[in-house]
Amino acid sequence: MSHDFAPLPDLPPPGTTVGAVGWLRRNLFSNVANSILTLFAIYLLATLLPPLFSWLFFKADWIGDSREACTSGGACWVFIRARFSTFMYGFFPENETWRINLIYIALIACMVPLFIDSFRHKVKLGVFVIFVFPIFGFILLFGGVFGLEQTETSQWGGLTLTLLLASVGCVAALPLGILLALGRQATNMPAVKSMCVLFIEFWRGVPLITVLFMSSVMLPLFLPEGVSFDKLLRALIGITLFQSAYIAEVVRGGLQAIPKGQYEAADALGLSYWKKMGLIVLPQAMKIVIPGIVNTFIALFKDTTLVIIVGLLDILGMVQNALNDPNWLGYSTEGYVFTAFVFWIFCFSMSRYSQSLERKLHTGHKR
Amino acid sequence: MADASPERETPAKPRLLSDPKFRALVFQIIASITVAAFVFFIVRNTLHNMESRGISTGFGFLDRVSGFGILQSLIEYNETSTYGRTFVVGLLNTILVSVLGVFFATIIGFIMGVLRLSSNWLISKLAAAYIEIFRNIPLLLQIFFWYYAIGFNLPGPRQAMSVGDSLFLSNRGLYLPAPVFESGFMATGLAIVGSIVAVIFLARWARKRFEATGQLFHTVYASLAILIGVPALVYFLSGSPMHLDYPSLQGFNFQGGVVVIPELFALVLALSIYTAAFIAETVRSGIQAVSHGQTEAASALGLRPSWTLRLVVIPQAMRVIIPPLTSQYLNLTKNSSLAAAIGYPDLVAVFAGTTLNQTGQAVEIIAITMSVYLLLSLIISIFMNWYNAKMALRER
Repeated sequence: MSHDFAPLPDLPPPGTTVGAVGWLRRNLFSNVANSILTLFAIYLLATLLPPLFSWLFFKADWIGDSREACTSGGACWVFIRARFSTFMYGFFPENETWRINLIYIALIACMVPLFIDSFRHKVKLGVFVIFVFPIFGFILLFGGVFGLEQTETSQWGGLTLTLLLASVGCVAALPLGILLALGRQATNMPAVKSMCVLFIEFWRGVPLITVLFMSSVMLPLFLPEGVSFDKLLRALIGITLFQSAYIAEVVRGGLQAIPKGQYEAADALGLSYWKKMGLIVLPQAMKIVIPGIVNTFIALFKDTTLVIIVGLLDILGMVQNALNDPNWLGYSTEGYVFTAFVFWIFCFSMSRYSQSLERKLHTGHKR
Repeated sequence: MADASPERETPAKPRLLSDPKFRALVFQIIASITVAAFVFFIVRNTLHNMESRGISTGFGFLDRVSGFGILQSLIEYNETSTYGRTFVVGLLNTILVSVLGVFFATIIGFIMGVLRLSSNWLISKLAAAYIEIFRNIPLLLQIFFWYYAIGFNLPGPRQAMSVGDSLFLSNRGLYLPAPVFESGFMATGLAIVGSIVAVIFLARWARKRFEATGQLFHTVYASLAILIGVPALVYFLSGSPMHLDYPSLQGFNFQGGVVVIPELFALVLALSIYTAAFIAETVRSGIQAVSHGQTEAASALGLRPSWTLRLVVIPQAMRVIIPPLTSQYLNLTKNSSLAAAIGYPDLVAVFAGTTLNQTGQAVEIIAITMSVYLLLSLIISIFMNWYNAKMALRER
């Protein structure tokens, strides 16, 4: 008799450990405490979500042009619809809004290649977007040349103003921030270093709201007689100074992350300070700090809502303004939910972008 | 001794301009002069402008009568008080909001951060949703939402939501029972102070014993027992010399109790929820920064899971968490200035707002306001640096 060893075929795993049941057991009901937590969470969701969704969507009113259209007891999106153009464009002349749209389209067209990995001229395009594009945008927005009707800065508002404040603040603060970061790193120049430290710590220590107060009431006093700045420009100056301190700190982080050998190699080659920084250190440092700069941009983007305090009407200001309209009293929830949604889309996508960038760039200098 | 090789060729003296030290000096002098000239230009313009506009200077205005009332003040204040007192009221209100905000944000943030790491998929996703929703919406918008959209739509005092007839939430604010201390309460107060001192000594003793013998002592439970037990014992022995003053509906509003005005309520709510989302992320990354090997090593040594958490994971995670936590506390303090937007009488609203409008002394008032925030930032960061140094890794 031969006893050939023939193993039995593998049994399938128990039904309770695979598939949907297995997933549920592992992730939701792994022990008593977890099961209780899960049931509690389900109960919470079941009580909160249906009324929320029915208010937001199912019972909401979407069509119409006055508050009489809002009868079904849900959210009154008619309000947003009626005021949509002021939320987006502020008080910009209605038949000139194509100029703002053109800026958006051009900006998106410029930005798209930056996200394409195989695009080779990213740096050039980035420099163009940061330094040349604002001029183009300003001409379109302000007008007065090439037969464009001139607009007042008081007509700029809504989301346009929010984006303008955040992007101009960030772009203008970038060179200043880099200079400040370099100054703070200059250990052989104690006077310059301490001035930079003082500047950075001052702006980082005070709330933006006091900065805006300062730029709106103190800045006019600082200027020689006869010179006066526009309200928007004053706010922009305050925001730029404030933001430059934060950018300086981010850039300093990047400068410190560059290995000392890079600095020493540049010195050994006999490069001057500016060549060393401009050709060796900053190109590497700026690459690592892009996510950090995006993060400060997100923070600034959210903070621009504060300009409402000095009387500029950004998107939140426009919503507040619309809520005071006697025709639309009592729709504050709709207004805020809409604004929150707009901000959330922008901030969430930017933070996801910065996270993915961080992962992509985290290759070289991590030790 | 004479020089051994006097005829050795001395190197050509470098030109002064290529000497890095000299260049640094020149550059610094130029930079300092430029900054000084700029400051001089601004100061001269400011003085000139203030003179031509008839704005008075100096801090004399602090002693003048303010003539306006303030919605909420922690110290006695009325229309006949001085601007100096206005400043103190605003400052105290700012500190009140910041302390309350820090307290609630820390609690919510730590809970959410831990839940984010829960092995329970649903709970973890809910915590993630909380974090992603609230940190991507501007704080001012959240304050407006709680104040205008929710606060204004709360029921009036007559239909107020209540918890056990002692807590009332209405559009007039949150009414809480107020403790009223009677004459015999002194003993309980002393007992509280005494038990705090005792706990500090107990903690030191327990730590010393732990370091000397390795024996653990349940400091947390023992401290809680002392902190609650001793004052409670003294309180009841001295005949319960305290009662609660419950708010009650009289006419159109509540009487008695303590009131949390709607502005404060909305502000603290928004600040805590917003900052907690950031703290939760900090806590999550701090806990994740403790490598898994540490937990495994602790189990290999036979530590119980609860001890692993207490003795291995938390101390190491705290080291990572504290620096960003500090900056979150600082942000919260600075963000409390958004109170001005909904009319909560904080420093910015009553001092940089109303007082500035009445006196017109922009330079002095903005300078005082900014220095207060700088000082607050400085104090918090000094405290946190001290704490951080205490907790930091002691490398040999």
